[in-house]
Amino acid sequence: MPAHLPPPVFAGYGLGLRREHYRDFLETRVPVDFVEVISENFMVAGGQPLDILRRVRERHPVALHGVSLSVGSADGLRGDYLARLKALVDAVDPLYVSDHLSWSRTGRFNANDLLPLPWTDEALDVVCANIQRAQDALGRAMLFENPSSYLAFADALMPEWEFIARMCERTGCGLLLDVNNVYVSAANHGFDPFAYLDGIPAGRVRQIHLAGHSQGDGLLVDTHDQNVPDGVWSLYAHALTRCGSVATMIERDADIPPLADLLAELDVARALGAAPALKESVLKEAA
Amino acid sequence: MNLHAMQRDFRRWLTQADAPAAHRLAGADRAGLDVYQNNYRVQLVGCLETTYPHLRTFIGDTAFRRAAVHHVTRHPPRAWTLDAYGAGFERTLRTIWPDNPALHELAWLEWALATAFVARDTVPLVPARLAAVDWDRARLDFAPSLYLARLTTNASDIWSALQAGEPAPDPTLLPEPTGVAVWRRGFVARLRVLDPLAYDALVLARAEHSFGAPCALLVERLGADAGVAQAGALLADWIGSELLVRVSASRQPRKETP
Repeated sequence: MPAHLPPPVFAGYGLGLRREHYRDFLETRVPVDFVEVISENFMVAGGQPLDILRRVRERHPVALHGVSLSVGSADGLRGDYLARLKALVDAVDPLYVSDHLSWSRTGRFNANDLLPLPWTDEALDVVCANIQRAQDALGRAMLFENPSSYLAFADALMPEWEFIARMCERTGCGLLLDVNNVYVSAANHGFDPFAYLDGIPAGRVRQIHLAGHSQGDGLLVDTHDQNVPDGVWSLYAHALTRCGSVATMIERDADIPPLADLLAELDVARALGAAPALKESVLKEAA
Repeated sequence: MNLHAMQRDFRRWLTQADAPAAHRLAGADRAGLDVYQNNYRVQLVGCLETTYPHLRTFIGDTAFRRAAVHHVTRHPPRAWTLDAYGAGFERTLRTIWPDNPALHELAWLEWALATAFVARDTVPLVPARLAAVDWDRARLDFAPSLYLARLTTNASDIWSALQAGEPAPDPTLLPEPTGVAVWRRGFVARLRVLDPLAYDALVLARAEHSFGAPCALLVERLGADAGVAQAGALLADWIGSELLVRVSASRQPRKETP
């Protein structure tokens, strides 16, 4: 049975909590509406990481963002992983619990990376079964993020956005829309990123990631180590007209700049979100 | 190709750069597969660099990278957390540099410290509440973060110097092996060198969950008065250092008197 996804009642602006900024978040009043943490960093038995999370949670709503659920694994999910995640969810009472539409585990091998899926009926069956198991274990709807991809499978039967729409319909899950990842995948595979945004079920988006990328050898690479580029901002503006105001954050994973730089980027997102023209178009679409 | 087969081929590509698997996945265009393989390797090497910072400084970037690549090639990750990937790196070092025990022991220290850092939390004992304990019968439990080892080299001196930002001493064999304890007190992982008798007593107390066993050992080695005095001093240190985290009333049920 599909999970129940609550309506998007939260529409603030946040940042990914990174080690370099722990002190800022613990000792100053950082002007964000929420923070997102990598779930696995806190799925530990004890020690300082959990204490830091507890103290940050006293100040801010927290979204849990995982990288190791491996929802596309043909071998199914790991029960021990789900149990640990459930314990963290119970302790944190998070705003959202998310992971990626990807896989990392086969047999005893776990790549610890976000590997691509073929957009096939078989993969859809596997993904939906795994999502339903995870949501049952957690007792709540999850959000799934579109990853950047560098490989398109020849046997794909549908575009990524159709796969996502069918996934949401069958499982009741929500979406974490990474606008940078749409930009990167569109450039790498030659599809129209605006068509992607128009094709996903916008009403299912509860959170948006904004990030930067790098130019690799003939491909864009989702390095999350750069400022948000103009092309991603343009896509974000379009996403706002489709999704309305939802939780939006800057996701920086490497070459972490001073907190003030990230807050300045977040202000750009706030300004776009507050633009009257955008609000009008959102209202028009909703009507 | 079904999903199982695709994922097995992807594993072969990532771990072995298997050309037939790559062809089945992507045909002639491997640019995308190369990105995934590079990400996979860079992430695992980076994980080892993060877990073993002092070892990396001690042997230098080139040697460390050689060991890391050797490890990544032969030991694909299995756990859902990258934090676990550093386990077993010490064995890789033994393979590459079998005659340099200081490197093996430095790696052991860094892995123990990293593991202790996120071990289960405990509550410090309150000495005043231990006044009525029957120490002959009490069950002792030590910190879940406690790791004990006997070192044959000056690896602990090397670690301490690098931790302090000072030049590390040259690796040497010790005249006699020495014991070390790694555990977490509060949120700080700690390393302490123990004299041989204190180390043996701690190993015994933890293995036997008792105070009587180390007492007997100390009395045997030092004589009755000095042994009992030393046992008392060690017990006070274990409590004060948060090595000892639980004292239960009895190790075993009392037998019924006929």
